[in-house]
Amino acid sequence: MEKAFEIIDHTADVGIIAYGADVKELFSNAALALFSLITKPESVEEKLHLDLQVSSEDTDSLLVEWLNELIYLFDVKHILFTRFDIASLTHNELKATCYGEDFDPMKHKIKVGVKAATYHMLKLDKSDAGCKAQIILDI
Amino acid sequence: MPRWQGQLVKVDDYRWEIPKNYKTGMRVPGLIYASKEMLESICAEQTPEQVANVAFLPGIVGHSFAMPDIHWGYGFPIGGVAAMDIRNGVISPGGVGYDINCGVRLLRTSLSEAEVRPKINQLINALFHNVPSGLGSEGKIKISQKEMNQLMVEGARWAVKHSMGSEEDLDATEEGGCLGGADPSKVSDKAAKRGMPQAGTLGSGNHFLEIQVVKEIFDSHIASIMGIDEIGQILVLIHTGSRGFGHQVCTDHLRVMEGAVSKYGIKLPDRQLACAPVESSEGKDYLAAMACAANYAWVNRQCIAHWVRESFSKIFGKSPEKLGMRQIYDVAHNIAKIEEHTIDGHKLKVCVHRKGATRAFPAGHKDTPSRYREVGQPVLVPGDMGRCSFIAVGTQKAMNETFGSTCHGAGRVLSRGAAKRSMKGRDVVRELESRGITIKAGSINSLAEEASQAYKDITEVIDVVHQAGISRKVAMAIPMGVIKG
Repeated sequence: MEKAFEIIDHTADVGIIAYGADVKELFSNAALALFSLITKPESVEEKLHLDLQVSSEDTDSLLVEWLNELIYLFDVKHILFTRFDIASLTHNELKATCYGEDFDPMKHKIKVGVKAATYHMLKLDKSDAGCKAQIILDI
Repeated sequence: MPRWQGQLVKVDDYRWEIPKNYKTGMRVPGLIYASKEMLESICAEQTPEQVANVAFLPGIVGHSFAMPDIHWGYGFPIGGVAAMDIRNGVISPGGVGYDINCGVRLLRTSLSEAEVRPKINQLINALFHNVPSGLGSEGKIKISQKEMNQLMVEGARWAVKHSMGSEEDLDATEEGGCLGGADPSKVSDKAAKRGMPQAGTLGSGNHFLEIQVVKEIFDSHIASIMGIDEIGQILVLIHTGSRGFGHQVCTDHLRVMEGAVSKYGIKLPDRQLACAPVESSEGKDYLAAMACAANYAWVNRQCIAHWVRESFSKIFGKSPEKLGMRQIYDVAHNIAKIEEHTIDGHKLKVCVHRKGATRAFPAGHKDTPSRYREVGQPVLVPGDMGRCSFIAVGTQKAMNETFGSTCHGAGRVLSRGAAKRSMKGRDVVRELESRGITIKAGSINSLAEEASQAYKDITEVIDVVHQAGISRKVAMAIPMGVIKG
């Protein structure tokens, strides 16, 4: 895959389109897109890691829940992530190790506060050629 | 985003109907309040389609309404109003929005522009220092889980009990600053954790704190009841909501609703409209959690109003009472309420969703505070930071037509990205300063996103609701000092 993700405009908010050779890569790229909106990805180092487990009803909602879990961790624990190692992913459960560091106002410039990943216009396409997903974020 | 291709049927100069037969599955027609000129931007996106989609929801009565500040939202449009019969209707978190009880509070002062102008920089700095704002801002009030549970139930009264405000403030707040039925056990641990550190903060995005100058009075009798006496008088407007707490409550319950949709066999044209019967356990749980977030938002605005009074007091060396800093009103514009309305001559209990819409109850209504009983409930309609804001009152016509609802603000026309691009190379701060508006923002980025051209002209919005008779305009004020998160 040449492109990991794109950012799209939405009147009230902002959206991301993430790509991946498979669903695992797609989930990882969607998370990268999320943090690229929040801050400059190159400013975040891998100083800590966190194991996450997220479950939901289906793959579409799992993607929303996954991003919402990361938004929650930034809002409450102030952790910025830069790499996501998706260990396992089924249609309704994901296990991942996320690498990043604590937010440091002297080091990280926050571009925008992302408050939620929504189900609005949520699209996830899987084909042999690869995967693509669109998610609108509330900011 | 393609243009909306459907047909609107003109009812009169300010009302446009989407007929019930536009789409199979609509239970009621849609009704958009707008001038002919405004339809161009409304139909530029799929917003009217969202008005039609809301008409699919079980139990909807009357119309699926859109106010003139309508713009494209998630599932529900922003500027949408929908009332569901509680006996067979649904409640939808998407019909409230993520920022539960986002709203505005307006304070009057006895100060004049001439007195404030020379001290505006000092005042803005004091407010910026005193009111926590910006991305990820954390409050200066530290609350425990136990206190969090109390404030979720008590609303603005919690802050008053902690010496931040008075009974009089509560009387001038929608629902007295406390929505009944709040149950903290329906709020997730995650939501409470997001909420606790952020209580008493302004936040970021389109939230702001504004020092305004009264520029025009349209109805001097109603204005004087509000304490708006003359041109040049200083007002303070606070616009914020329930911060990360409301977002988490919405996120958590949308997930529950996803399951409820299949459980109750509800057919929806858009996943974000997920809902459950008002009387189901899922519906009741959401309403109980939503009330917690609504009450949190009222605490938030109550605390901020207190710090605004403290800041003025410090700069002008007089007590807030001596400065005449009374609260005119506080309204929610993202909320769902169980209310009694008369439909076809029958009294009916409905769940009114107001998403980017304001309650506009008339004179004489029992829920209109006693001091406004003779003139109608105040309606506060903020514009963007470069233009103006309006003060209006609710009317009987709103009660008869829109379940006592009206517009809430200007409504975006440009995405944040487009707004930023349109401002490229321009100095927003200097442009505003050249027009006599002092601004202090946590992030310059967010400033360009909130520039005037990103929004509809609030004057057009207010003219539509005034001409259509669902509100009556009372006064207009322009910004002099602005704090953005």
